[in-house]
Amino acid sequence: MSDDPAVENGNNVPAPRGTAGPEVIRVRKGMFGAGGGGDTSGYGGLVRTVALPGASVRPYGSYFDEVADELEGALEEQGLVPGNAIEKTVVDRGELTFHIAREHLVQVASTLRDDPALRFELCTGVSGVHFPGDKGRELHAVYHLRSITHGRVVRLEVSAPNGDPHVPSLVAVYPTNDWHERETYDFFGLIFDGHPALTRIMMPDDWQGFPQRKDYPLGGIPVEYKGAQIPAPDQRRSYS
Amino acid sequence: MSTSNHASSNAASSRETTEGTVYTVTGGDWDEIVQSAARADDERIVVNMGPQHPSTHGVLRLILEIDGETVTEARCGIGYLHTGIEKNLEFRNWTQGTTFVTRMDYLTPFFNETAYCLGVEKLLGITDQIPDRATVLRVLLMELNRLSSHLVCIATGGMELGATTIMIYGFRDRELILDIFELITGLRMNHAFIRPGGLAQDLPPGAVDQLRDFVKTMKKNLPEYDKLATGNPIFKARMQDVGYLDLTGCMALGATGPILRSAGLPHDLRKSDPYCGYENYEFDVPTTESCDSYGRFLIRLEEMRQSLRIVEQCLERLEPGPVMVADKKIAWPAQLAMGPDGLGNSLDHIRTIMGTSMEALIHHFKLVTEGFRVPAGQAYAAVESPKGELGVHVVSDGGTRPYRVHFRDPSFTNLQAMAAMCEGGQVADVIVAVASIDPVMGGVDR
Amino acid sequence: MGLEEKLPSGFLLTTVEQAAGWVRKSSVFPATFGLACCAIEMMTTGAGRYDLARFGMEVFRGSPRQADLMIVAGRVSQKMAPVLRQVYDQMPAPKWVISMGVCASSGGMFNNYAIVQGVDHIVPVDIYLPGCPPRPEMLMDAILKLHQKIQGSKLGVNREEAAREAEEAALKALPTIEMKGLLR
Repeated sequence: MSDDPAVENGNNVPAPRGTAGPEVIRVRKGMFGAGGGGDTSGYGGLVRTVALPGASVRPYGSYFDEVADELEGALEEQGLVPGNAIEKTVVDRGELTFHIAREHLVQVASTLRDDPALRFELCTGVSGVHFPGDKGRELHAVYHLRSITHGRVVRLEVSAPNGDPHVPSLVAVYPTNDWHERETYDFFGLIFDGHPALTRIMMPDDWQGFPQRKDYPLGGIPVEYKGAQIPAPDQRRSYS
Repeated sequence: MSTSNHASSNAASSRETTEGTVYTVTGGDWDEIVQSAARADDERIVVNMGPQHPSTHGVLRLILEIDGETVTEARCGIGYLHTGIEKNLEFRNWTQGTTFVTRMDYLTPFFNETAYCLGVEKLLGITDQIPDRATVLRVLLMELNRLSSHLVCIATGGMELGATTIMIYGFRDRELILDIFELITGLRMNHAFIRPGGLAQDLPPGAVDQLRDFVKTMKKNLPEYDKLATGNPIFKARMQDVGYLDLTGCMALGATGPILRSAGLPHDLRKSDPYCGYENYEFDVPTTESCDSYGRFLIRLEEMRQSLRIVEQCLERLEPGPVMVADKKIAWPAQLAMGPDGLGNSLDHIRTIMGTSMEALIHHFKLVTEGFRVPAGQAYAAVESPKGELGVHVVSDGGTRPYRVHFRDPSFTNLQAMAAMCEGGQVADVIVAVASIDPVMGGVDR
Repeated sequence: MGLEEKLPSGFLLTTVEQAAGWVRKSSVFPATFGLACCAIEMMTTGAGRYDLARFGMEVFRGSPRQADLMIVAGRVSQKMAPVLRQVYDQMPAPKWVISMGVCASSGGMFNNYAIVQGVDHIVPVDIYLPGCPPRPEMLMDAILKLHQKIQGSKLGVNREEAAREAEEAALKALPTIEMKGLLR
């Protein structure tokens, strides 16, 4: 896999981790998505895979090469093989994303914060995303870091399997993530190891389940009108 | 407001629990328990303030541990307005999303809409194709919205201090802005006017004139806040050195907006990471070094003046043209017109497509019921809302509906600073500090 | 409040009803129960241009114990519901509730896990006010309609009679789903 950034650098990296290709998140069947009925469209047999953009090859363009070089260099100085920490680097729609192995997240984040050439001082919190179709990497935690010094933004993405929803906490590096991680725990059930007080923040303390996961129903009720009833938005016929 | 008492006493009957010693006080024991509590010096009173309290800026719950009048520990309880908007978005198409996001931080609807639309446009790859007129109008609406948001902040903040006059003033001027919003969008709040690809409609006739009149009126009214509050000794005594948070604290806690600028750092996304062509406008980013509530008040006042400057420049730049992207696969099929029945429909348009082209009718139907598809991927768009950095993380799976939309609301992040601002201060200062953060619970809880 | 509830039905009671209704409607004290967007419109209604003081209602009470009108202004979350009920229980009778806005009335567009689908699941509602958010004029209209309702409210035996009639009417009423509306 020559598009691994570390290989491009000429580093002697271990075997590719198999995650650098486009990330398949679901398989879509049919064309009009209306389930629960006979297929009258004739497109019911259509099967397409949906994939998020895969790893990019250098040059990344813009300031991305510089940031990637600095980060990889800084990690190497700390005795870490960049290819182990950075699973892949994606440049898509003018944004730079580092997919980080979760065990190295804290080190990568503190490097990004402290290295004078990087200086990503501001973390704008964590956003959880649930991809039930991304087997073994169902839960993603996405961090956006902003450098006020250099005027740059990068994205860190970490994933955890459904069976082991643990991600190290970044509160020690970015204290602002305190509430953000509680929120993500509340909605997605991602457990941030090392968080000082990981409790529910939005939902009542005794709430069951993690409401913004894809397998959690929207929880709407059918709405009655005079002589008619419409189901909740998630129960309706939809196009997908 | 309820209090729980953990005072120690030899007089009252007590029992040991896992929570500590619990004293049962009945009748005449009260005096004794107060006396012994004063002697014992381990008085720990936890006051629960809210979630329903007149001066907590909405349904915010503050849990204060107090020693006399001093707050020794302060914590926030939030989530009392959690609406599940992010989840609801996943069951509507991309255009309908604006209807939901506008209700998040209900004092800054245009910022929510713009941030969301910038994210969707980035995913679609049409950022460069947004017509100039739409971008200028977005800036215009956002700056008017910044004025109205700051006015509410100053008004409700004043009311919470007991200054009713400033509240009446603030709402008076806010009404002028809402009149303009109503003229342009048809609604006073929750507009859903900015759509992916542009705007829902062009300006109605007479809007530019009313805007010019408004700028004139506002230039006359803004100095009144200075006269009323800026030099007012009571106002200053309540605000100065209250809610102190220095630059280190701001950076650690991720505070942005007026709180960060009151610590002296001129960080404003409109300057540092411009969007919507802000790099072409002339305006200043006010800062103070005072790090306190008074400094934030002054910054908000100055930002209102700067917003007025931007509004004037927008009016200069406004040139005729389309307000929706040219791509017919994304743009709403018709420029909708309001019919006499109050419903939005354009009979001319319906007549044209029904009479001339079956394909156009099908396209119209598909676009309205199904919506457009957005290529799979993720994007982050951020705007400088009146409260700070409003970021939107949008994820698409290539469908007609958002896969995940996450709002990084500045109120949510800034409210974390409450404890740092309040601990060690007086109970009355908690109100001032929270008012200077200007959290809007709709944005905090979403 | 006490004595008026014990009066025998007839001329005396109806006279007292009219006097009590007039007095009660003329000085309704709303509790500040702002939740979301509607709360801002509620504040606007109290402020300069719309001036709720014209109806003797400008004093929004901070404490529910001093209030007799609760304007539920905004969406009620599952987490807020017990708090709302407690605030309602703390208000002294007679008390009234306006459900301001579509979220408080029926859950509105937020038909999901987080929002109580209508505040009438928790407290009895006197006036449902549609709109998202309702304009201040609409809130004032709702308040004036509530004033009419207060003016016409019954006491003592008459109230029991009225309650019984309302109950019977509600039992006989056609469920919404069986009504013939525009959709059928």
